Amino acid sequence: MDSDVETVRRTAALARLEITDEEAERLGPQFARILAAFRVLASLDVEGAEAMTHASGEESVLRADEERPSLPVDAALSNAPRRVDDFYGVPKTIGGDG
Amino acid sequence: MSADAATLAAAVARGERGARSVVAEALERIEAGDDAVRAFYRVDRDAALARAEALDARVAAGEDVGPLAGVPVALKGNMCLEGSEAHCGSRVLAGYRPPYTATFVRRLLDAGAVVVGMTNMDEFAMGSSGENSAYGVARNPWDPERTPGGSSAGSAAAVAAGFVPLALGSDTGGSVRQPASFCGISGFKPTYGRVSRYGLIAYGSSLDQVAPLARSVRDLELLFEAISGRDPLDSTCIDDDPVRPLEGEGLAGKRVGVPREYLSDDLDAGVRARVDAALETLGQLGAEVVPVSLPHTEHAVPAYYVVATAEASSNLARYDGVRYGLRAPGDGSLQGMIAATRDAGFGDEVKRRILLGTYVLSSGYYDAWYGRAQRVRGLIARDFARAFEEVDFVAGPTSPTPAFRLGELIEDPVAMYLSDVLTVPVSLAGLPAVSVPCGTTDVALPVGLQLVGRRLADAELLAAARTYQEATEHHLARPQGVPA
Amino acid sequence: MSAWETIIGLEVHCQLKTRTKLFCGCRNEFGAPPNSHTCPVCTGQPGALPVLNEEALALALRAAVALGCDVAPRSKFDRKNYFYCDLPKGYQVSQYDEPYCTGGGIDVGEGRFVRLTRIHLEEDAGKAIHDRGDSTLVDLNRAGVPLIESVTEADMRSADEAYAYLTAIKEIFRFAGVSDCDMEKGSLRCDVNVSVHREGEPWGTKVELKNLNSFRNVRDAIEHEVERQIDVIESGGEVVQETRLFDAERGTTRTMRSKEDEHDYRYFPEPDLPPVYVDAETVAAIRASLPELPAARRARYVAELGLSEYDAGVLTSALDVADFFEVTASACGDPKAAANWVANDLMAALGEADASGSAPRDLGTLRVRPEGLAELIGLVAKGTLNVAAARKCLRAMLETGKDAATLVSEMGLEQVSDTGEVERWVRDALAGQEKAVADIKAGNTKAIGAIIGPVMKASGGRANPGLVRETVLRLVAEEH
Repeated sequence: MDSDVETVRRTAALARLEITDEEAERLGPQFARILAAFRVLASLDVEGAEAMTHASGEESVLRADEERPSLPVDAALSNAPRRVDDFYGVPKTIGGDG
Repeated sequence: MSADAATLAAAVARGERGARSVVAEALERIEAGDDAVRAFYRVDRDAALARAEALDARVAAGEDVGPLAGVPVALKGNMCLEGSEAHCGSRVLAGYRPPYTATFVRRLLDAGAVVVGMTNMDEFAMGSSGENSAYGVARNPWDPERTPGGSSAGSAAAVAAGFVPLALGSDTGGSVRQPASFCGISGFKPTYGRVSRYGLIAYGSSLDQVAPLARSVRDLELLFEAISGRDPLDSTCIDDDPVRPLEGEGLAGKRVGVPREYLSDDLDAGVRARVDAALETLGQLGAEVVPVSLPHTEHAVPAYYVVATAEASSNLARYDGVRYGLRAPGDGSLQGMIAATRDAGFGDEVKRRILLGTYVLSSGYYDAWYGRAQRVRGLIARDFARAFEEVDFVAGPTSPTPAFRLGELIEDPVAMYLSDVLTVPVSLAGLPAVSVPCGTTDVALPVGLQLVGRRLADAELLAAARTYQEATEHHLARPQGVPA
Repeated sequence: MSAWETIIGLEVHCQLKTRTKLFCGCRNEFGAPPNSHTCPVCTGQPGALPVLNEEALALALRAAVALGCDVAPRSKFDRKNYFYCDLPKGYQVSQYDEPYCTGGGIDVGEGRFVRLTRIHLEEDAGKAIHDRGDSTLVDLNRAGVPLIESVTEADMRSADEAYAYLTAIKEIFRFAGVSDCDMEKGSLRCDVNVSVHREGEPWGTKVELKNLNSFRNVRDAIEHEVERQIDVIESGGEVVQETRLFDAERGTTRTMRSKEDEHDYRYFPEPDLPPVYVDAETVAAIRASLPELPAARRARYVAELGLSEYDAGVLTSALDVADFFEVTASACGDPKAAANWVANDLMAALGEADASGSAPRDLGTLRVRPEGLAELIGLVAKGTLNVAAARKCLRAMLETGKDAATLVSEMGLEQVSDTGEVERWVRDALAGQEKAVADIKAGNTKAIGAIIGPVMKASGGRANPGLVRETVLRLVAEEH
């Protein structure tokens, strides 16, 4: 198995992208080309460079613990692909975050 | 629209012209021309006319209806207006009607603007040509065989085609500046945090900015003032008042730095010639044009694509078929449904970017890719900070080429990414930048001059761009068939 | 072979007692109709953005200060990415490598101290309901409720110690006003890491236990899991690193997922939220505003006020009880009497008022205030009321909200210490009680009860019991 295709498969599973064999074969080489083009990052000396994780100000932003109106339940569920009573309905699943 | 937004709004406010007639004219132009341009995926004719009539009634009653009174505006398909389908060019959001209105859209409405419709875009703003859309590809009014640029393809095309005087786009890595450049109009990406992102459907959260498009810088200023300013619903929004335009001249005595890295040999000759001429004009207008260096420019594209796709991989995780949008049944299990929905809902480019973003965050690759890209981002921001110790503005081309042909780059993602080389460094640094027309090439394609300002110096930057624009006539050029 | 040793670490999630959710203005309320407290933010609508609730941060900081943690001057939020139907955004906003506090710990008694690794602030997920019909149903009312997750070092050595830790953290968080810590309502949830090894050998492979719905479950699950691991090893097997679910009905655990299925959460800094900065003054102000915590109070009640360990324990079961007691004690000047009244009579009254059996109702809802109780205790001390009448009076106070003095006169509860009147009641009671009289005379003082009872009854409970006793003895002696 081609390792780029394998990388694409593994990453796709993590991203919950159900890709077909055909897609994996197509995306694998593209993915490899993109990573190759970006390898220039690896050659740069980043020692002492500060990571920039946020683009705006450096102070806490807080809101008061005050209630704001919630959506009416019909509005909240208005786009739901499947509504069961006042719930979102999804395929039966057991518990857990798996 | 022949008149600019400022003129229209003033006429409506004084009762010299009805908002209804202004809006009706825009709707007629769209109806007549959009089959060819395909700027809009949705035109809200009845709602727009009803709103215009209501504005006219208020004007007649002596009310001040705001600085954008009766001005028709187009919204990009990633902007939330309650009840108005915002599908982001994606199948996964087909039929999605937001249950709320974005802060900046609310402000537009409060300023008296009339939303006439929603525009086509690259899916989730991922693209530089508008071709990555599940709902049709917008055309460049200057040449229908060419792209209007992307991802704010429809918004730029709608202004260039004269359908509307104003449109909103969003700019993550150049998605407003590059289409403005390709379409011969003006586009402005504010300092990150100047405009609330609440209600802008996210692509790369630390980079996204709502960005105005217009035919003139003056109109950009008008629109920017209406939508900017603090918003308690967006923690990354800067705690400051709306940005008022600076009156008067903005170039005399300023220093303008031209990064030598931006004038590489890869630059299209026609672009180079127009930009050189524009730089000369800046000098004639009293600016001192000097060379500067932004040494990490070549690292900007990879750093940008790593950061933006990492954020996107997470931002797009919510499209799981549970609460809104598409649901594909899959194998009948929950996780099978989620995977099938995402497979059916996302196009190729979005999948590529989700894969890339997932990969650079995954265990074992984080430090080498995402962690490193964040540091490179810091270096790029530092490059700009150092340049801005010497100069007031940085200038150069917005894009290395004029509008390319539809289909030309779509099969080559890497080449498409590299075409963003002049816009993404600014995005990474969170700085304000504007693209203004600076002429056309030999084959009559517009070229854009990009001016970059210091963080928070949005008003100064726009004043400088306006000074250049009012001394030249490039922004008055129109594609064939579009009235001046 | 040397003995087995057990190593336990806990991860405890507590919901914070805020009015609204962590990142939006929807109400933080348990038990509301499904999907009635949701908005664009907590349902993960495209384009919606989070803004941090300052009260959630303040309560999280209270928890940190109460547990002696070091508060970070700067912390940040991260996204924890995974897919599940109750997680609206496809990621949970949490804190990964820069939590808002580290260190600290809890004394669990008998000289044992459990160290905390860290506490971090994060949002809760919604609720997926699996037992209704042929679909799983999703309710997002809980999505975005603020949580703090406290993670201990692997410092516990027995199920009882884990139990003691949980009891202590619950007490502290309740005292500090941070969380209700009610496992039944899910406002406290606990995951356990447990491993076994033979003394002197390296630690064993740890197993994570989930689905623990009460403190008892935690203790039972650990005990069962320890036995299971020992069995596995003793029968020549190896403990596998995995997550196991506890089945409370069977008292056993079963595999939920193995290490190979562990998630790659792809944590990265949350770009929608700026970092959080907390200065030293804020921490100092929180420290100053914290009430004295239960362990310290218990020790003080025993050492300084002379209370029994038992009474001290009852009085520190909740902050409002302890505070009620302290105000009463200082107002009446008799801590032991105050302790008796609060720990027995008032707590009993509270029990009656709250037949639902859920978390104790607030003493603040009673119609008697500490000053009023102190006045009542004073009346007993002065001899105005005997204890039985005082109890009657307290019940009336609870019902009517009137003060003790008013009720004493309205109800005629005042103790009768008039010698003549008492003597008349005693003479009536002695009549025809030859056997009792003989017994008393013979020195059997227990027989005196047969006389005192009718006297108290005849007096409507008002006779001074001491005087009655004295009078009985005098009259019996006088008769011969």
